[in-house]
Amino acid sequence: MRFIDYYEQKKSADEPPAGRFIVEALENFSADQQSESEIQQVRKSVLLENISEPAILIGMGTCGLANGANKVMEAIEKELEKHQISAKLIPVGCVGYCAKEVIVDIKRPGELRISYAQVKVTDVPALIESTLVKNEIYHEKLLGVYYPDGALMDENLPDINSIPFFRNQQKVVLANCGVIDPENIDAYLARGGYQALHKALITQSPDNVIQEVIDAGLRGRGGGGFPAGKKWHFARNTKADQKYLICNADEGDPGAFMDRAVLEGDPHRVVEGMIIAAYAIGASEGYVYCRAEYPLAIKRLEKTIAQAKEYGLLGEKIMGSDFSFNLKIKKGAGAFVCGEETALIHSIEGKRGMPRPRPPFPAVSGLFGKPTIINNVETLANIPALINNGAQWYTGIGTDNSKGTKIFALSGKIVNTGLVEVPMGVTLRKIIFDIGGGIPDGKKFKAVQIGGPSGGALPESVIDTPVDYESLKSVGAIMGSGGLVVMDESTCMVDLAKYFMTFIQSESCGKCIPCREGTKRLLEILERLTHSYKSERNPEEALLRFQGMMYLERLADVIKNTSLCGLGQTAANPVISTLRYFRAEYEAHLYDRKCPSGHCRELLTYFIDTSKCTGCTLCAIKCPENAIIGEKKGPHYIIDERCVRCDQCRVNCNYDAIYVR
Amino acid sequence: MELFKNYKEGDASSLIPMMQDVQDQYGYLPEEEMVKLARFTHLPVARIYGVASFYNQFRLRPLGKYVIRVCRGTACHVKGSLDILRILESELGIKAGETSKDLNFTIETVACIGACSIAPVIAINDEFHGGLTAKSLSKLVSRYKKMVQKERKQ
Ligand SMILES: Cc1cc2nc3c(=O)[nH]c(=O)nc-3n(C[C@H](O)[C@H](O)[C@H](O)COP(=O)(O)O)c2cc1C
Ligand code: SF4
Ligand code: SF4
Ligand code: FES
Ligand code: FES
Repeated sequence: MRFIDYYEQKKSADEPPAGRFIVEALENFSADQQSESEIQQVRKSVLLENISEPAILIGMGTCGLANGANKVMEAIEKELEKHQISAKLIPVGCVGYCAKEVIVDIKRPGELRISYAQVKVTDVPALIESTLVKNEIYHEKLLGVYYPDGALMDENLPDINSIPFFRNQQKVVLANCGVIDPENIDAYLARGGYQALHKALITQSPDNVIQEVIDAGLRGRGGGGFPAGKKWHFARNTKADQKYLICNADEGDPGAFMDRAVLEGDPHRVVEGMIIAAYAIGASEGYVYCRAEYPLAIKRLEKTIAQAKEYGLLGEKIMGSDFSFNLKIKKGAGAFVCGEETALIHSIEGKRGMPRPRPPFPAVSGLFGKPTIINNVETLANIPALINNGAQWYTGIGTDNSKGTKIFALSGKIVNTGLVEVPMGVTLRKIIFDIGGGIPDGKKFKAVQIGGPSGGALPESVIDTPVDYESLKSVGAIMGSGGLVVMDESTCMVDLAKYFMTFIQSESCGKCIPCREGTKRLLEILERLTHSYKSERNPEEALLRFQGMMYLERLADVIKNTSLCGLGQTAANPVISTLRYFRAEYEAHLYDRKCPSGHCRELLTYFIDTSKCTGCTLCAIKCPENAIIGEKKGPHYIIDERCVRCDQCRVNCNYDAIYVR
Repeated sequence: MELFKNYKEGDASSLIPMMQDVQDQYGYLPEEEMVKLARFTHLPVARIYGVASFYNQFRLRPLGKYVIRVCRGTACHVKGSLDILRILESELGIKAGETSKDLNFTIETVACIGACSIAPVIAINDEFHGGLTAKSLSKLVSRYKKMVQKERKQ
């Protein structure tokens, strides 16, 4: 029987064909080209395009929820009931435009999908009334329209992909995020899901798959940038009765949320990538190690695994092949160092998450002493598209040494906070200014921290650096996992270095002395820089401050060269990079005892602008030290000797009359 | 032993998930439960204490009714989360890591809860509050304080 006949026969039966049917069709009919293209047709028919009632899609990732998406959803439900409209509410992951959450997409049967942004509960009645009752566009909150390929565009309805935030992006890994229902395997199948798995299992040998990944030049997205195919090759060539595959979803870099968004928005892509990777290296068991701070991602993963099992995509003899693979979830317990692969293995084994020396590398001896491959979420999520389109397509994206796309999480002092996916090789300037929209409140760009606590802060002078592994290293940062924290002129770089040292201090596992004690000394040196003479009881402190600065670079070097794991080896990077690019700021703290960005409170002096002061007396009441004097309705003054720099007066003044210098 | 029914006796690799289950049940790790766990997994109690004290998630003391988690990740830091923490500490009269005597509030710090785009962020139990300022935080705290008072009266 031909596929299309089989399909027609099924369609007229009681149970209309859904995702599961596509999996069966792939198994039984995909041998010839014609059936393959017919299956593609059927895939599309399961898509949104063939809906019978309006679909309302709401961005409900952690970020959307934090912005009140569930309240918006409740309000929509109420409105629908009021108007007696039957519509399908579909929670989706996020499209990455955090600054515009809550995002609500509405699609009526046979019409375009229209996206509305910054929807508040109070907007909902008008939104539902105009879109679903009057069949109009609700222009007040319109973000853009999803036009299908080649469709005619309406001038009044902007294409969502022409908005600056999206225009410069290239979505490969994030293609489905915010577009499909992440909890519905059929939606993933309709968009071409599990086709790569079928292709790999049926038409390629494990060695073929590995060669394809090597040829594509895919490098690890978890920070190190090690070629994924090469690593798989080691594991494949190690003989063992049992091998493991682990997906590293620990995402410890504070200020990064790429992996979270992929797991919440398109978990099937990660699982498909894992099954293909496991097939390539010969692993029969896998783990996703997900941080406990991401409960929603864990919940979605659980559902994803259950659905994949039900469809025969996990478990025994997957898709009719001889390959079997099972997948489990392990929850992290809140330790940054557990992102390091040997520590992660110890954690899965139920031990304290402390790193151990390598070799032996996990690819040779890892979990329970067996060969183990650990890859980052984003690395694995690249695999389906790579296998579907081939290595040649993949190498067409990116630069000579860094292929493909990279997801970045934009946060800090930037207009368009959010999640962006760009081809490797675009410049930081393009990401921060063209996509990110620059710095808010008319302030000036000062630095961007890339690579988290292991990375560096880059100033304006090197912001034209392309993002690829080598270029970033040459300017003193690293690619890292993809967190980009943007800072403006009010951020103090000494304080930033201090912040990272505090973080490292609390996260160092304590196994080796340079990391445990060395970073403590580094932190002390930085703290002395930000203390005023007043708070120093011991006259030696001033001497120690100079001595510390003289030894700072040497100490940083020792920590770098003698620590056991990546955490210690890179711990001093934020200090080294801020010292390299912002030396003058360190010197101002050291010699002038001033903080140029007005952040380090002990080094500031508080003043009252008497032209603004109305004499409301609020500051004098709030001041814990009685340092403020003045008559009611007359100008007030601060007695500097009494002031302890608690900032209460400035925070509470309603007339902005208190300033610092 | 009801709590451990999904696990195999003597399986040391399931220690962390079991501890997570205990904590989900009690809100912290009571000493007697750790002793039971030791017996069940055939591990020394010291090993369990070692794991409990290594990971930030585990707590050895009961928590308050409202657990306030203050994000101290990088994005929140550059947006002033240290001030947010200080204000909270002074308003509630407890330090980060402590629980108020009446067992109503606990303050904890975490490194990034993944909602960096609306920094600075805190989470009270599971509800997120983003884009905080000194003023909006004070308002939020007094709302919770009032709630606690009302509950006490009832
Ligand atoms: C201190 C430390 C923390 C790390 N945290 C993570 C993490 O959160 N997520 C991650 O994928 N890799 C992390 N890594 C890198 C992993 O050790 C490992 O290199 C990576 O998961 C390998 O996957 P990839 O080749 O796909 O990048 C960390 C490394 C170190 C030293
Ligand atoms: S470098 Fe630091 S985190 Fe790494 S093993 Fe040593 S003490 Fe532990
Ligand atoms: S900073 Fe604090 S101590 Fe100083 S004047 Fe203002 S309120 Fe008083
Ligand atoms: S809107 Fe979801 S990551 Fe920002
Ligand atoms: S840094 Fe605070 S939520 Fe990420």
